[in-house]
Amino acid sequence: MELLRRFARHPGAVVGAVTLLLVLAVALLAPVLFPGSPWDMAGAPFSPPGEDGMLLGSDSLGRDVAAGIAYGARVSLLVGAVSTAVSILIGVALGALAGYLGGVVDDAVMRFTEFFQTIPSFVLAILLVAIFTPSITSIVAAIAIVSWPPVARVVRAEFLSLRNREFVQAAEVLGKRPIAIVLTDILPNALSPIIVLASLNTASAILLESSLSFLGLGDPNLMSWGFLIGSGRSVIRLAWWMSVFPGIAIFVTVLALNLIGEGLSDAMNPRLRKRGAR
Amino acid sequence: MELSRLPGFLLRRVLKSVAVILAIVVCNFLLIHAAPGDPATVMAGQSGAADPQYMEQLRRQFGLDQPLTTQLWIYLKGVLQLDLGFSHRQQAGVAGLIMDRLPATLLLTGAAFLIAISGGVAMGALAARRVGTWADSVITVIALAFYATPLFWVGLMLVLLFSVYLEWLPSFGMSDPSLNATGLALAWDVAQHLVLPAVTLGLFYLAVYARLTRATMLEVADQDFVKTARAKGVPEGRVLRAHVLRNALLPVITFAGIQAGQLVGGSILVETVFAWPGIGRLAFEALLARDYQVLMGVFFITSVMVVLFNLLTDLLYALIDPRVEVA
Repeated sequence: MELLRRFARHPGAVVGAVTLLLVLAVALLAPVLFPGSPWDMAGAPFSPPGEDGMLLGSDSLGRDVAAGIAYGARVSLLVGAVSTAVSILIGVALGALAGYLGGVVDDAVMRFTEFFQTIPSFVLAILLVAIFTPSITSIVAAIAIVSWPPVARVVRAEFLSLRNREFVQAAEVLGKRPIAIVLTDILPNALSPIIVLASLNTASAILLESSLSFLGLGDPNLMSWGFLIGSGRSVIRLAWWMSVFPGIAIFVTVLALNLIGEGLSDAMNPRLRKRGAR
Repeated sequence: MELSRLPGFLLRRVLKSVAVILAIVVCNFLLIHAAPGDPATVMAGQSGAADPQYMEQLRRQFGLDQPLTTQLWIYLKGVLQLDLGFSHRQQAGVAGLIMDRLPATLLLTGAAFLIAISGGVAMGALAARRVGTWADSVITVIALAFYATPLFWVGLMLVLLFSVYLEWLPSFGMSDPSLNATGLALAWDVAQHLVLPAVTLGLFYLAVYARLTRATMLEVADQDFVKTARAKGVPEGRVLRAHVLRNALLPVITFAGIQAGQLVGGSILVETVFAWPGIGRLAFEALLARDYQVLMGVFFITSVMVVLFNLLTDLLYALIDPRVEVA
């Protein structure tokens, strides 16, 4: 409750949370708001916003841009959430291993993590999706593979500092199994930075997904924001609305998630809230 | 750092870089084999799949009927001789294709980096100096906004505003071939074509550096030596420039070095939007043609660039900051 109150004191965070709920509502209600497939012709091609009954206009094949955005919200949020969940899982597993066991394991895991942080992640994501053919699975996997390293680093640092605390030593003396100590004693205490990172990672996952589908690496069966912009790009001189509105959708959603992340970070670490410092 | 200890430090860093580069080559090799289908199909690209003779040649060249370790050795040897494979689609060696396009990408990323670091540090410093005022809020909001905007969309919006609507700047390619310009005229033409892509690529990182500069400056401003300087009566402007900013700059530069790889990755999107003839555009064309050899070559070269850049940052850092541990 206290946490919620501190979060609510952050005006940006509240705006972010409300915005995200709205995007979620649009995503869930897409089939109600726009019955029929977003791929079907809904009116005359190249209709400007407001004409032919389409609020945000139509694209070069007469598809409703607003419907595309509503269905695209489903893909963006789904990809963002699932790929973040997977990246958190990988990051927590590796970070916990390195931080709890230390020594050679720590060294090996950290080298591995550094390697993934060095290579250009976007190029790797493109390569992975291209080679394993674009599909929702390959996109989620590629995004997860390039976004776990920061999680592993943060979790490792938390584990390093927590593993020598008294309550952990007490649990060890009591003969608790290491896996139980990690899961029930250390992990719950390391949760707050993981949650903050999760919301920021979801934001960058959505950006990454839109970039991939902009380049034509989206799931060919699913409407997505990046695809809308990519297909409107060549006719931008004639029809600005095809690229402008989906971009605003991405911007609003990503901004909302970033604001939530900052609000959470402040709410969970009130001590770190120095004047102005993030 | 003492100069006598520098060679050992250098050697260790170079060895580490070599290890990373080897790991990337192994990574590429594993990807070829993990891909669905025959490795020869992957290397030929889907478009080349119809040519059985070429596939047979690939199988022989890469020893695809031999054990995996032998294949890895053959592949490694090839890459070490700077043979990045052959693009059947473009009928040219991948290494040559990339080298032809590299200067354009270096120009673009270099210009973007300069815009990002100078603009970001200036904005961050201003925000930190005026912390809590409207100027700080405006800069924070701008940084937050660029942080949330997809690169390619920023590019398209700039095209819409500056090329379509205002008609101030060109939005396509690197120069206008109809001008037949040479010398200074050509440089001016290229500079005009460079503005929009470089600004697009730079804006996102400008936001990143602005936030980082602001945060580190506020952190440094709390330290004792700054209080001492103030107590001594050093003018406020000088305290900020000579004491706070100078010390806040090192973490920003380190971070910028680490981020170099992301800059190169972002150039794929920007070069696609602006038809800039660099390796990003090459990667996009390879993507459309499913020309995996070229794609892997781009991945390899960009990774090498990042490793080299990191090495350079480390070295500069060790020379500038005497406190850096020789680790």
